[in-house]
Amino acid sequence: MAQFITRRILWMFVVLIVVSVITFFLMRAVPGGPFSREKPLPPQVIENLNKKYRLDEPMLNQYLGYMGDILVPKVTTERIRPNVLEDYLINIPLPFMGEETYFRWMNFGPSYKARSRSVNDIFEEHLPVSFQLGVVALGVALLIGIPLGIVSALKRNTVYDYAGMGVAIMGVSVPVIITGPLLQYLFGVQLHLLPITGWGTPAHAILPSFALGFTYSALIARLMRASLLQVLNEDYIRTARAKGLSERMVIIAHALKNSMIPVVTVIGPLFALLVTGTFVTETIFGIPGLGRYFVTSITGRDYSVIMGTILLYALVLVISNMLVDIVYGWLDPRIRYT
Amino acid sequence: MTALQRPKPAAGQIANLKERPRGESLWGDAARRLRRNKAAIMGLIIIIISILVAIFAPAIAPYDYKTQVRADNNAVPYWVTRIFPNMIPEDEGGYITVTDKYPLGSDALGRDLFSRIVYGSRVSLAVAFVGPVVSIIVGLLVGMIAGYVGGKVDNTLMRIVDVMYAFPTFLFIILLMAFFRASFTQVEQGTFSYYISELDSATGGLLFIFVGIGLTSWMQMARLVRGQVLSVREKEYIEAARSIGTRAPEIMRQHILPNILGPIIIAETLSIPQYISYEAFLSFIGLGVNPPTPSWGAMISEGAQVINSYPYQALFPALALFFVMFAFNFLGDGLRDALDPRMRGVD
Repeated sequence: MAQFITRRILWMFVVLIVVSVITFFLMRAVPGGPFSREKPLPPQVIENLNKKYRLDEPMLNQYLGYMGDILVPKVTTERIRPNVLEDYLINIPLPFMGEETYFRWMNFGPSYKARSRSVNDIFEEHLPVSFQLGVVALGVALLIGIPLGIVSALKRNTVYDYAGMGVAIMGVSVPVIITGPLLQYLFGVQLHLLPITGWGTPAHAILPSFALGFTYSALIARLMRASLLQVLNEDYIRTARAKGLSERMVIIAHALKNSMIPVVTVIGPLFALLVTGTFVTETIFGIPGLGRYFVTSITGRDYSVIMGTILLYALVLVISNMLVDIVYGWLDPRIRYT
Repeated sequence: MTALQRPKPAAGQIANLKERPRGESLWGDAARRLRRNKAAIMGLIIIIISILVAIFAPAIAPYDYKTQVRADNNAVPYWVTRIFPNMIPEDEGGYITVTDKYPLGSDALGRDLFSRIVYGSRVSLAVAFVGPVVSIIVGLLVGMIAGYVGGKVDNTLMRIVDVMYAFPTFLFIILLMAFFRASFTQVEQGTFSYYISELDSATGGLLFIFVGIGLTSWMQMARLVRGQVLSVREKEYIEAARSIGTRAPEIMRQHILPNILGPIIIAETLSIPQYISYEAFLSFIGLGVNPPTPSWGAMISEGAQVINSYPYQALFPALALFFVMFAFNFLGDGLRDALDPRMRGVD
């Protein structure tokens, strides 16, 4: 197990480095830089800016410098964020090394567009928003999907089943760009119940998280139904019934736990998908999340923000996949880590 | 066994036996099952209708998709104001211009919404058909080589797939689109990039969308194909083909491909809605087709900005998108049931 995790973590680093290389060079290959404007800046200004952000160095040096800032931790007594160039995402106090000593890690550098801010500032401001939206949407997806799937499976081939699966196929067919405007119209414009755009109060979260979660609730419902049907056909369910357990106990104690395995395995990637895939939802509902910021930083060639966001999201994806593998083994002891 | 021992078939059954071929192929069997699936047939009909609409768009659309009539902006026929109660017509004290000139009303620039939806079907359907082609070509190639050759080649290719999986798909596609759009705007005449960018603008910006979707969607196909190849590779008939000296490409084409086609078709049909929504998303955030080429995603995006006053501008294209995605989902489900009867009712 420990060996498995170690190997996965090592592999994770390899993956992230490859992701960073591809992103870095793809981004730099795009003509125009963070300082190109409609009205060009004076050459001297651009030169100075390039120098400040190390953009005048050879590409490889830039890459190594950038990755070095992120990967190499620093143990320091300096106060947090002496300047915009040195802002670390992870700051752990080390009291045993003396007062005010910190272990600092992951400096994603300064933003080239919002020049007084570091990429970490931008993460701190926008990431929690995307994260909250993703978590609530995941909750919506699970709360709708799991019961729907269970009912459909238990009442197989009845009206409930057909209705449930009808809703599911509808959910799969409607992406956020359809549910978004529809919900906005129904609950915002027509019924005046909920705010259409913005963020901040719980009411603001209802429509976007429902729009985002609905599609995935359909996915979960189908998965849950399929898996529960399969489990209900297993021998141990027959055994449980044969020893006189009530149907309720059979389902709760024996069927549900095992039928949750496929659902649990998708929760990880789904969570990552929801947190990292909120651009459209954020754009439709005017939510100041990281996804929307990413889209604007792409057009502005804000290299460090683009890099940072892609790396951060890739990290979320890789870690969530790894956690799934671990949980999978815990739920189903027959699976061996090799 | 003599004929006498066999139970005598009834007269009707004999006639039946003559009509029907004795052994039924997988495809004939699947087609029969598919025909029985009402939802899938409905999906197929919607898809055929939208293909016809896309092909004959100039004949169907009453207007051009780009002609702007400023005086007629945001005008709707009367029935639209009945569906959306907050849109009160001018003569009832509201702000809505009522005109029968446009079947579904006009957008903020005074362009006919119906014509734009009709032309917009071209973009969505083009993506629906080219997306799978790109993904199948790349995925099939990678998957077959990995599965058939095995060993180090397999390992390397699958690690590449793993890395690609770690990319947040949508972020990557956005980055790629930004890269293409910016790299191919100011290119010298006569160079290769110039022709690429010409081709892209000739297709209204679709070329790069195809490439972007292709580059981010082949991994699943590669994994699927590899798994399938691995499972048929050691079968006796492959062994037999190899023993009589058939070469690897021939074995793949003649013996492996036909046997793994079913799952590939199922997987691709089920991913079509995803490709359509990728295009819609990209156009939604302004990285998709070039305006004024109409795309349902771009139209929803424009409409969403005025959802308070003119909800029809977002909801009509959304409805069109919904129908097409619904149709492909139903067809995909039906195909899966037809080609893989074991899956029926399970998922």
